[in-house]
Parts: sequence; structure tokens; C-alpha cells
Amino acid sequence: MPELPRAVEDALAIPKGFAKGLGVTLKNLFTPAETVQYPREKEAITPRARGVITLKEDNCTVCMLCARQCPDWCIYIEGHKDKEPPRREGGKPRTVAKLDRFDIDFSLCMYCGICVEVCPFDALHWSPEFEYSEPSIADLLHDKLRLGQWEATVPEAPALEAGAEAPKGKKK
Amino acid sequence: MTVTESQKAAYIAGQAADARVRVEIEAEGMTLNLGPQHPATHGTLRIIVRLDGEQVVWADPVPGYMHRGYEKLCEVRDYAQVTTLINRIDWLGSFANEVPFILAAEELMGIEAPPRAQYIRTILFELARIANVCLFLGDMGVQLGAITPVFYAFRDREFVLNLIESATGGRFHPNFDRIGGIKDDLPKGWIDECRVALGRVRGFCDQMEDLLVGNVIFQQRTRGIGVIPRDIALEYGVSGANARASGIDWDLRRDQPSPLAWKHADWKVFTHPDGDSFARYWVRLQEVREATRIVEQLMDGLPAGPIRAKVPARIRVPAGEAWVHTENPLGEMGYYVVSDGSPGGPFRCKIRTPSFSNISIVPWLLRGVFVPDVITILASLYFILGDIDR
Amino acid sequence: MSLPVAAHTILGIRGAYWNTALLKAVAVLLVAPTGALLIVYLFMFKMMAHMQSRLGPMEVGPHGTLQAIAEAVKWLQKEDVFPERADRFVFAMAPVVVLVSTFLVYVVIPASPREVAANLDTGILFALAVSSVSVIGVLMAGWASANKYSLIGALRAAGQLIAYELPLVLAVVGVVMQAGSLSLNRIVAAQAHFKLFGFGGLGLFAIPQVVGLFLFLVAAQAELTQTPFDMPVAESELVAGFMTEYTGFRFLLFFIGEFATAFALAGLGATLFLGGWYFPGWGLPFGHLAWTREVLGPLVLLAKILGLLFVIFWVRFSFPRFREDQLQAFAWKFLIPLSLTNILVTGILKVAFHA
Repeated sequence: MPELPRAVEDALAIPKGFAKGLGVTLKNLFTPAETVQYPREKEAITPRARGVITLKEDNCTVCMLCARQCPDWCIYIEGHKDKEPPRREGGKPRTVAKLDRFDIDFSLCMYCGICVEVCPFDALHWSPEFEYSEPSIADLLHDKLRLGQWEATVPEAPALEAGAEAPKGKKK
Repeated sequence: MTVTESQKAAYIAGQAADARVRVEIEAEGMTLNLGPQHPATHGTLRIIVRLDGEQVVWADPVPGYMHRGYEKLCEVRDYAQVTTLINRIDWLGSFANEVPFILAAEELMGIEAPPRAQYIRTILFELARIANVCLFLGDMGVQLGAITPVFYAFRDREFVLNLIESATGGRFHPNFDRIGGIKDDLPKGWIDECRVALGRVRGFCDQMEDLLVGNVIFQQRTRGIGVIPRDIALEYGVSGANARASGIDWDLRRDQPSPLAWKHADWKVFTHPDGDSFARYWVRLQEVREATRIVEQLMDGLPAGPIRAKVPARIRVPAGEAWVHTENPLGEMGYYVVSDGSPGGPFRCKIRTPSFSNISIVPWLLRGVFVPDVITILASLYFILGDIDR
Repeated sequence: MSLPVAAHTILGIRGAYWNTALLKAVAVLLVAPTGALLIVYLFMFKMMAHMQSRLGPMEVGPHGTLQAIAEAVKWLQKEDVFPERADRFVFAMAPVVVLVSTFLVYVVIPASPREVAANLDTGILFALAVSSVSVIGVLMAGWASANKYSLIGALRAAGQLIAYELPLVLAVVGVVMQAGSLSLNRIVAAQAHFKLFGFGGLGLFAIPQVVGLFLFLVAAQAELTQTPFDMPVAESELVAGFMTEYTGFRFLLFFIGEFATAFALAGLGATLFLGGWYFPGWGLPFGHLAWTREVLGPLVLLAKILGLLFVIFWVRFSFPRFREDQLQAFAWKFLIPLSLTNILVTGILKVAFHA
């Protein structure tokens, strides 16, 4: 290509610039759209996605750490202490904490995960389920029954990248 | 015909409005209110502009419509909760908000995160930069009338957001940085996915180059518009790409010692001598490309090891003060954390946000500018309301 | 080539003046909104969507085909609001003026040698004159809205429309010189007979008048206030356009007017530069198959119109917008000198080759 004078090159750059821009949109016209037509098609969600918090009631000892640490105070816990027979003969009667009420208000929850991290007994987990929107805000308060039902959707912790240390303990 | 009270009131209000309009027309210039609800400002920023015909006589930004009281909140929340909250300051590049705060806390506690954590922090930091600035590249097109680039921006940003979600659990608010390291390690296959996403981002940058930068209409609308001279930029505390576009060769990633892993990658800082809106767009475009290179290199050299140093379960930061600032996507962001040694949160946390200083130049910059250029200039400064108002 | 038909016949069937005129008016009133809705669906919904990597409307009707109708119904059922201090009559008449000026352009576009509502000898002159009446409608809308921002937007729009009328008209002058007539049917005939260096039969003036076609498309883009010339409409960034105070049925009239104008201008462009209803080979005597021209002519014209509109909307979706002063500079300092040069060169070449 012979060297064109600067003025001609500058002048030619204008239609070339336009043509390149038009080329980009034309190419996109013939590329299939990226749209996922929800709710008919659904995307695969990553296992770590913070969709909803689940409760494993058996593990909960009503220590109230999650309710205390929640920045939004959206966890409501009520419990009482029961006296239970000693585990073996001649021992003291045990006091066991029983969970009466464990509600998470998802209209307040900011999905930070502090409660899940802070629970010392591994009673709270994340699940990637997110389709629980309700017409009425009051229905966004999930009680302990519903939180327990979400437990079934908790996925396995994903395998880690090369070079990662093996995860210690069962905390996610 | 009886006249009701409300009709009387409406009549009086109408007369008063008429009087006001008459005063306005007679008075010199017309006062225009841009915002707080406005398609051109990125959020609830109100700019009161006084016009003389087509020219701006003075402009006065009124921020604060989105003030959420972050610094006060930081006094009454503990470190983990503050980390969660500060994600929401610059919500488009949210991991970048956590890093300086955590680094300040680590400095106070005298803890150093292991190298793998520093690498992953840097990778996520640069991904946050990519996500944030890609939106700018498309958004500037929309403000100027090109409706298509912003869709490409959102499309290709999705890949980056999916990456952030698969590592941290949240697309927009990762809440991933912890004192001593990061929360979790990367899931298997993340690095390969990341390479694919970076390829798409580079393709997107090439498309923006063709669609906008090479377009003479875009150049005519942005070259020479909103020139910030170098010394004025320094006076007003303009930082980030806005400063680099005015010829200031300053990038905290390179010029400030930091425990993060930028020094382990080979990358360039881009500056532009003009200081106009085109320069700001061009610098950010190059920065996105450079960020993809940084992430590639860091992933290649990712060291094995733990991702969190040994940290006591109950965090108790000793008394002291620490100031840490980093080169965030919007500019220079810093946290001045004061701790009084008690358990719980910081005693005081001063948050220096880039957009607040960046828009301080708006009154100076908009004087004498014609009305259609006001939008171009505001778009090129690129501020995020959460960043201005906290 | 069949000669233009007398006003009292439709497709060869004689009738009284009043009922042929009524039928032609109904035909125009049906074609214009249908064309507008077709463009809205094809280009604004689907083409824009696919250029932006998305799908566009998919719910209403298969692949969203009924979306345009749903939009029309939506606008129809909105409340009819008048601003308090608006001049009611002018406010109501403004969209009507714009629509009437557009519909009148449809009257002269031939869909086949005999399917034209009014085969005027001054066809193209009438079409251009009548299409510029819409500027009055825009000014009426801006003034009657009693809103200073609408007024500013309307004044800007009027300035732009008037500035770009000139390149539009001058581009057409080249074609008229080449064809030797102002009548649209004769221009199509001239294209059918046109031979370039002995090769003919393509039926296009787009090759000799390529500059004219470029000018026409650019000026049409500006007449339609499409990006990159959509400052009057994008005023909604800072101030509202002239259409702000309009809602409901009146806004629908403006909306249909905008796309009907697009269809009409593309129709003119297709007729002037791309050969209109002519398909290469139809000049040959068809004998008893001559009626195929009546049936296929409109389809050929539609295809050419859609091709031109594809280019117009393609540019609309790809480029940013000009600033008002850059827009005016572009018209006065570039397009008009170019169009005058085009006329000069056409004249010289026509005399030199007496083609």
C-alpha cells in the first residue's frame, strides 16, 4: 500500500470508522442472542450462590450468635431450656436448649452470610435457590419449618482449584 | 357556582406559579435542575445549573440524596459487619471496596495474609475493575446517543459477574475479604472459566474501539470537551482515570507499596495528555485491557497454599490508626481506621471515596459549557452515587 | 410500459369519481399504518434486539408479532390529558397535521404502473412539498404545549428539519434530470430503460446517482430525527422534546406518523433510486401475463423499501448523535455543496453522453 498523504488518510479514516462500527452491529445481528428466556429456560446456578439460608434444626443450640451478629437483625430466635435425663446412670440431669422459633426475615436479609459463617454448630447453610418471591412482604418471613425444608437443596461444597489447601472441618 | 376550598387553593397556587415563571423569565438566565431523578446522572445526583441562553453560567452539584451514614454505621458495627456494608459503597466494583478496609485492619493487628490470598485478592480486585469500567464504556455511548454498546457491555459483564459469583457466592456484593485472607478458595475450573471470560472482555474492548473510539461523531462530541488541565486536576483531588487522562502519571498500584500482588505482574499505566472527555474514555478502555492482562499473569503464577492466616476467632483489633488507600476502579479510595482496642468494631472509620472528589470539579468544569456538552462531561467523569454519598 | 391511467379508473375498472376517490383514500389510510406497524415490529423490535444480542418481544403472539398491536392498544387506552394552559385546538391539531402530511406522500408512490392513488405529472415535487408540511405540525406541538422546554425542543427540531430539506430536494433533482420528468411512474420507466455504457436492464438509478442516494439516505435520516440526528428527540436528556405533553391517542398519532414517514420516505427513495416496482425483465411484453406486474409490483416495492429502511435503522442503532451545531454544520457545509456538485456533474454527464 503506497503511503497516502496525512490529510487523505485522515479523511479516509472517517468512512472507515463508520464502516467498522456498522460491521460490528451487523455481525451481532447474525449472532444468536444471549438471552435466557426465564422462566421457560433457566441458567445453571453456581453451587456457592447465596440464594437462601437453610436451617438444620438438630444442630442448633440456641446460642443466638447468628441473631446477634446479623447486621440487619433479621433473625428472630426464641428458645427454652428443658431438663433431660442424664446420659448415663448417676449423672446430673442435663439442660438442653430447645428451639421454639427461628425466623429469618428475607425482606431485611442482605445476604451477607455472617450468620452462616459465625454459627459454631454448622446449623446454617447457604443454598442457591432463589425463586421464593412472594406477592406479600409478610410471606418473606421464613419460619423454622420452611428453613428446614430448604436444607434439602444445599449442594455439596465444590471441589477446589489446584494449589488450594484441603478444607479443614466441615464448615463451608 | 360555588368554589370549593381546594379550587381556591389551586387558583392561588397557579397565580403564584405564574408569578414565579415571570420572575424567572425576567431574571438573568434560567435555572435548570438536573436531577435528582434524571436519566443522565448515574443515580440521585442533583446539579443546579444556571443557564444564559445555551451556556452554563454556574453549576452546583448537590449530593447527599443517597447518604446512608456509612461512617456512623462503621462505629456501631464490628469488622465483619462493616466488610459486608462497605461492599455497597461503589456497588459496581464491590470487591474493591473491601480491600483497603481489610488491609487497614490487618495493619492494625499486624497480620499478613498468605501469598495465595493476596494473589486471589488482586485477581478479584481487577475483575471488579473490569466489571465496573466495562459498564462505563457502554454507558458513555448511551449518554451520547449510541444505544447499542451498553447492551454489549452488560452482556460481556455477565461473564465476569458469573465468575465472581462462582467464587464468592454473590454477583454484586462478594463479601469475600476477611482479616487475614479471604473466605474460601477458588472452586475447581474457575481459572479456565476466567480465561474464557477475559477473552470475551477483550473482544468487547475491541468492539468498543470500533463502535465508539473510531467513530468520528463520537470523537467530535468528546475531543476538546471538558478539558481538565493537569494542575487543576491536582488541586481538586481528581484521581483515577480522570487524573491519568489529564497527564498525571500516578497509579497507586504501582506507586504505593501494597501487600497485594500487583508487583508480581508486568503491566503498564496509561496516561493521555489531553484531559478531555475522549482522553478519559480512552484511558479507561486501555485500563480494562491491561486489567485482563494482569489477571492472566496472576492466574498463571498463582502460588499454592493456605488462603487465610491464623486469626483468633474473636477479632480484637489493638488500639491504633491506619490509613490504607488503593487504586479503585473509580479512583483513589482510602479508609482511615481508628481503633481504640475494644472488642467489636472500629472506633471511627473515615472513608475517602474517589467520586466525591471527582465531582468537586463539576462547578469549575461546567462554567461556560454548552448544554449538550454537560451530559458528555458528566458521563466522562464517571461517578457512582454510592461512592459520592456513602 | 403502460401509460398513466385516468382518474376515474382503478386498475382499469371505470367508476364514478367519488367512489374511486373514496376507495383510494381508504387504501392509503390502510397502507400507511400497516406499513408503520410492520416497520416498528421488524426494525424497532426485532432488528434492534438482535443487533443488541437480545431477543425483543417474544410473548405477545409467536415471536412477538402482535406486540406492535398491543402497543397501539396500550396507547389508546390511556387518559387524554391536556396541559392546563395549552391551546386546545392547536394542541389537538398538531399530530393531525403531521399525519396528513405523511399520508399525502403515499398518494403519489406507485406500487405498480396502475396502482397509484394519483398519477401526478409533478409527482415528486408534490411529495417533497407535502412532506415538509410536517414541520408546521412540530412547531404547533411545541407551541401549544405551554411548556418552555417543549418549545425549545420544537424550535430545534424545526431548525433541523428545514436544514435537511435542502439536501433531500437537491438529491432528487439529480434523479429528475436523469429521468427527464417529475412524474414518479415516468421516473420508474426511465430507470427501466436506463443503459450505462451499453449495459442496461437493471432498472436502478442507484449506480449513476450513487451520490444522490447517499444524500437522500442521510437527509431522510435527519428528516426522521433518527440517530445520529436525533437531538430534538434526545432533548429528553435535559429538556423534553416537543412530544412531552402528548399522551394516549395523540402520542400514538405522532408515533405512527414517525414510522409512516419512514415508510413513505423509503418508498420515495426506492422509487427514485432503486426502480420502484420494476423488476429486471418486466419491460418485455408479457402478453396475457401483464397482470403479474400488478400483483408482484407491490411486493418488489416492499422489498426495496425494507432494504432502504434496513440501512436507515442500521445506522440509527450503531452511531452516537451529533450535537445541534455539528448537525447544522454538516448539513450546510457538507451536504448542500455535495448535492450541488452532484447536480452539476449529472448535468455535464447527461449532456456529454446524452443518455
